[in-house]
Amino acid sequence: MLSLKRTLAGLVMSVAAATAMAQTTPDALIKQVSTEVIDTIKADKAIQAGDLGKIIALVDAKVMPHVNFQRMTASSVGRHWRTATPEQQKKLQDEFKTLLVRTYAGALTQVKDQTVQLKPMRAAAEDTEVVVRTEVKGKGEPIQLDYRLEKANADWKIYDVNVLGVWLVEQYKGQFAQDISANGIDGLITKLAERNRGAAKS
Amino acid sequence: MMKTHPQYAIVVALAMLAGAAAAQSPADPFERVNRAVFGFNDALDNAVLTPVAKGYQAVVPELVRTGVTNFFGNFGDGWSAINQLLQGKGEAAATMTMRVAANTLFGIGGLFDVASDLGMERQSEDFGQTLGRWGMPAGPYIVWPLLGPSTARDTLGRPLDLAWSPSLAINDGGVNVGLAALNLIDTRASLLSASRVVEGIALDKYTFIRDAYIARRRNLVYDGNPPELPDDNEPAPPSPAPAATPK
Repeated sequence: MLSLKRTLAGLVMSVAAATAMAQTTPDALIKQVSTEVIDTIKADKAIQAGDLGKIIALVDAKVMPHVNFQRMTASSVGRHWRTATPEQQKKLQDEFKTLLVRTYAGALTQVKDQTVQLKPMRAAAEDTEVVVRTEVKGKGEPIQLDYRLEKANADWKIYDVNVLGVWLVEQYKGQFAQDISANGIDGLITKLAERNRGAAKS
Repeated sequence: MMKTHPQYAIVVALAMLAGAAAAQSPADPFERVNRAVFGFNDALDNAVLTPVAKGYQAVVPELVRTGVTNFFGNFGDGWSAINQLLQGKGEAAATMTMRVAANTLFGIGGLFDVASDLGMERQSEDFGQTLGRWGMPAGPYIVWPLLGPSTARDTLGRPLDLAWSPSLAINDGGVNVGLAALNLIDTRASLLSASRVVEGIALDKYTFIRDAYIARRRNLVYDGNPPELPDDNEPAPPSPAPAATPK
């Protein structure tokens, strides 16, 4: 009952935040997206049962519009990004996105009675890059989930995510560098594609 | 200006090649040995621990598994409280002590986590974190047989962490071995979904786990808010606005 009340309160708040404030703040955006995703999962038995197609659709509809995925990929690839051709860059983005969304989808099937709480944010009004810190609370120890956001025109976009203290871009920089130095950009694209095909099978 | 020495060029080129081929992380000087041990652990995990953990998850009802997790968690909370005290975090230590008291008394010896419902959140600390807090550097990454990923610092802390177990209170060898096995299986079962995720997203499981372990441990020592690392080769991620990071 309490958690339902809390969820409703969160929903009302996020709706209010989305409609009332034309100029969304980065923490309000994170709150809104998190709440939408969690509420959708809680209301959808197919997603809880692990329907990948539905989860991917959810991520595409609710999360991806708020992510600067090109920046996320470029930072992960590092200095080699500039030497990649536009086609290579596009392939890298597509394969990397598939890899992450599949994984994210797997994690989302675990969502049960979690709530997302924002930690107090300290940022000046003129900042164009901020960190929003959150905690996912459920059973057991809260899970640290932080976001780096940039201001693009009037919108805030996520360009890095931190799970339990590990920044995604930093983590993949190491992974990608290994394959790029061994087999070049195309080697990395092949590796990612292989991984995605393997994941599709299992 | 400079005379061309072709032999130097070759040496430099070879050195660069070797460097690129090895791409060795400065945090992992023992990579060759570590990889071998990692492979052994992984094979053992696949052959024994994962199937046992899956069976445990399938056979034992969730309520009982939660009780087991809570029981060992409650025991671990006492050790966390001591470590918080050692790190000078008086308030956190007091909360954790209250947690243990509440769960032991009202949660039937720790089987139920009533403290969480009362708003006393678990904040785990181990002795490796305490050593980090005291200023000891992490040192090289080490993969131990059976015990898995560690660093020099965490290796020093581990024996004390392991010694803090129900065997301190129970004077029966058989029971203690049983409890240790139960703790291991229960822990592994709770990590099943996490290890599925790693299988999916890692391009190289060894380096993925290594880099994540090092970053996570550093994060824990700084209580979720580590200072930015100097960035070596990369113009891309501009450091977040300093105002956004508390402290």
